[in-house]
Amino acid sequence: MGTIKDKVAIIGMGCTKFGELWDKSVDDLIIDATYEACEDAGIELKDIEAAWLGTVFSGHTALSLSPALKLQYIPVTRVENMCATGTEALRAAAYAVAAGACDIALAVGVEKLKDTGWTGLQPTSVVGRSTMGTTGTEIGLSPPAMFSQLAVRYFHQYKLDPDEGKKLMAEIAVKNHHNGSLNPRAHYQNELTVEQVLKAPIVAWPLGVLDCCGVSDGAAVAIITRSDLARKFRDDPIYIKSLAVSVGPRLDLMTQDYDFVHIEENVRASKMAYAEAGITNPRNELSLAEVHDCFTIHEMVIYEDLGWSKRGRAKEDIESGTFKLKGELPVNTDGGLKCFGHPLGASGLRMQYEVYKQLQGRSGPRQVRNPRLGLTHNLGGDIWGGISCVSITGNELDRR
Amino acid sequence: MVGITSFGVYAPVYRLTREEISRAWKTKSLGGEKAVAGHDEDSLTMAVGATLDCMKYSPQKADGLFFASTTSPYKEKQAAAIIAAAVDLQEEIRTADVTDSLRSGTIALSLAIDAVKSGSAENIIVAVSDSRMGAGKSQFEQLFGDGAAALAIGSSDVIASIEGNYSLFSELLDVWRLEGNTFVQSWEERFILTEGYMNMMQKIVSGVMEKYKLTPKEFAKAVLYGPDGRSHANLAKRLGFNLQTQVQDPLFQSIGNAGTAALPIMLVSALCEAKPDDRILVANYGDGGDAFILKVTKNVEKVQGRQKFKERLAKKTYIDYERYLNWRDLVPSEEARRPDPRPPSITCLWRERKSVLSLYGNRCNQCGTVQYPPQRICAKCQGKDDFEAYKLSDKRGKIFTYAVDYLTASKESPAIIGVVDFEGGGRLMCEVAECEPSEVKIGMPVEMCFRKLSRKGNIHNYFWKARPVY
Repeated sequence: MGTIKDKVAIIGMGCTKFGELWDKSVDDLIIDATYEACEDAGIELKDIEAAWLGTVFSGHTALSLSPALKLQYIPVTRVENMCATGTEALRAAAYAVAAGACDIALAVGVEKLKDTGWTGLQPTSVVGRSTMGTTGTEIGLSPPAMFSQLAVRYFHQYKLDPDEGKKLMAEIAVKNHHNGSLNPRAHYQNELTVEQVLKAPIVAWPLGVLDCCGVSDGAAVAIITRSDLARKFRDDPIYIKSLAVSVGPRLDLMTQDYDFVHIEENVRASKMAYAEAGITNPRNELSLAEVHDCFTIHEMVIYEDLGWSKRGRAKEDIESGTFKLKGELPVNTDGGLKCFGHPLGASGLRMQYEVYKQLQGRSGPRQVRNPRLGLTHNLGGDIWGGISCVSITGNELDRR
Repeated sequence: MVGITSFGVYAPVYRLTREEISRAWKTKSLGGEKAVAGHDEDSLTMAVGATLDCMKYSPQKADGLFFASTTSPYKEKQAAAIIAAAVDLQEEIRTADVTDSLRSGTIALSLAIDAVKSGSAENIIVAVSDSRMGAGKSQFEQLFGDGAAALAIGSSDVIASIEGNYSLFSELLDVWRLEGNTFVQSWEERFILTEGYMNMMQKIVSGVMEKYKLTPKEFAKAVLYGPDGRSHANLAKRLGFNLQTQVQDPLFQSIGNAGTAALPIMLVSALCEAKPDDRILVANYGDGGDAFILKVTKNVEKVQGRQKFKERLAKKTYIDYERYLNWRDLVPSEEARRPDPRPPSITCLWRERKSVLSLYGNRCNQCGTVQYPPQRICAKCQGKDDFEAYKLSDKRGKIFTYAVDYLTASKESPAIIGVVDFEGGGRLMCEVAECEPSEVKIGMPVEMCFRKLSRKGNIHNYFWKARPVY
């Protein structure tokens, strides 16, 4: 099988502020982020040869992108893979460039959740039913409730006292808000205390309101070209080392095998990504990681799924500050989904934006030490059958 | 001989005390409490509960299912067909809905008895269920309760034979409902009780006793319909039965008047306590009346020992009046700001009917893995199209993990969802009924119960939920 490693590079990125952007339409967000990316890359829109739009609810076809930007009769495609959509847009653009179908490609991720009028996201879809017709027997499980099942079982299996478990989760929210408070683009700008998180109203035990990521609007954009062309545009292009997607057969609710304390797709996608990038000790080799902290419990499980903490022992790493901004492997240095916000289609690319800037040494007060390799991770779908996307990028070409 | 071959009963777990109702309206409490069907129950789901209970002790396969109620959920659509599918009876049976009368239950029993006697059927289950409503502040609101009973009629292994019967009709308008009436209507109380109930019941009982030359003292038990406690006691005395030793408790204090199911529930209750050779008088009321004379046989002991009616009645969750108002949609309320669930597609429901109404999964013939919903490609070994149908509705399971969801739109908040691992294989994520948020635990033993899902769309959405084993 082939590899994407070092074949393509990101030469420009843009990202809007995320938040409750009542006065911004989908088009506004697309335009603002795309023009920032073009300026960053030093190109004009007319230089783009193909474009991919990643959005879950805020657009239906390519025609949700080209009119906004007035793209001139080039190939445009809409992609979607639930919360992993942003990374899918990047992936599509990257493979097109690697295949030689185009030299400069645009990946746009955008979502306007606050136009729906709902509190929170649509309930999860269900085992085995088509989206066109339904028997009406689906469980209307809210996303926090779905992830709470993970927490309930995790506490039980690893013998965590409920108060202890809630406190560990709270530490993650506090960490991400601390990072986000240093980031003017983040939806929320406030620091949190553990006490505040513990006292927040319960949404689905043990998850409280402050264990759940924000519902936000926003857009993020990447411009991609071939690695051998990248230096024409800038001195510090960021090279894609691996792009991995793992989608399970969703069997986990059909048989009794799924243990509800890990997410298999996370494990497999990260293993694929590490292998493609040539990483053997991710905890040591990664300079930072942006992961899918839709709920604090997910970030906790991600530490184990992605091979950084031992199974059932994320607690030790949380308590010793391994994943804090100044820790051994900083995670969610820009605030994560929790604090930056989660406009579904944009998140994968917003994560890439943070890694991109960090690897270029442009992250100011949030800058990590010795930036070399960064990871992004997204999970769409359900915990018992999901779509896990992992990307690894670096600021140097491999000399091997 | 033709008679009752098995019986079952269903009462909701929820109770509303009459004290609580009278508190809301500042009226006088009639004392005791009534059973209230939950927001996810109706006459049809309760009938399924009673029928499954009855089928547990029935040695024979049913070839008929009759449903009796005044509160059938559809005005046009046979409830008996849906019940028969839910309890997984074969297609080649007779189904019928017998409706609109307080004595629909005993009318259905008569029809079943006649069918078996004539040889056109061998074992018919009669499921009787009601969930009637009285207007706010009314006596009916305090009196009416919800529940269901099921009686199987056959001619072998009979536990109570039918020795006699007698019926009268009457066009009297004492209680009624027009299409569009939410609440039961009635004329003035003195009239309906004296000219209606007392008169007719005396005619029915004296009629059947004269027909068979029997007197009150020759009956071990008198199972008599009653609209309320006082009228019931007065009638029994007037008929010459001993309230303490003969008259079956009408369960007003614990269930209430369960409409057309009232007498059948009382009959089941009597059979639970009866001894071989007991003679039982059964007299029902509504648009006239029906009477039967039953003789209990030795076979009754086989069913009695396994019947859990007392345990079921002992499982109670008290609700307040506001919760009742919410369940019955009597007060308009604001919906949660959540996207509307898609209404069901009838083609999907039809195609997947076995997995929806009868909760069938399948089991891979190659590796033995049970999976739900039924699959074509095995979740474990990827074997294709090599399965055997496997029913989950009658299996017990344990909760593997759960969610207590305060965010999702639901009639009852929080919604409780459990992942159920079944004994023998198979897993299902479903709502957990009859369970308060603080009660749900990993490892909790559960069984499946038939319920109505709250959902938009112009049909009733029936499916299964888990409930703690009682």
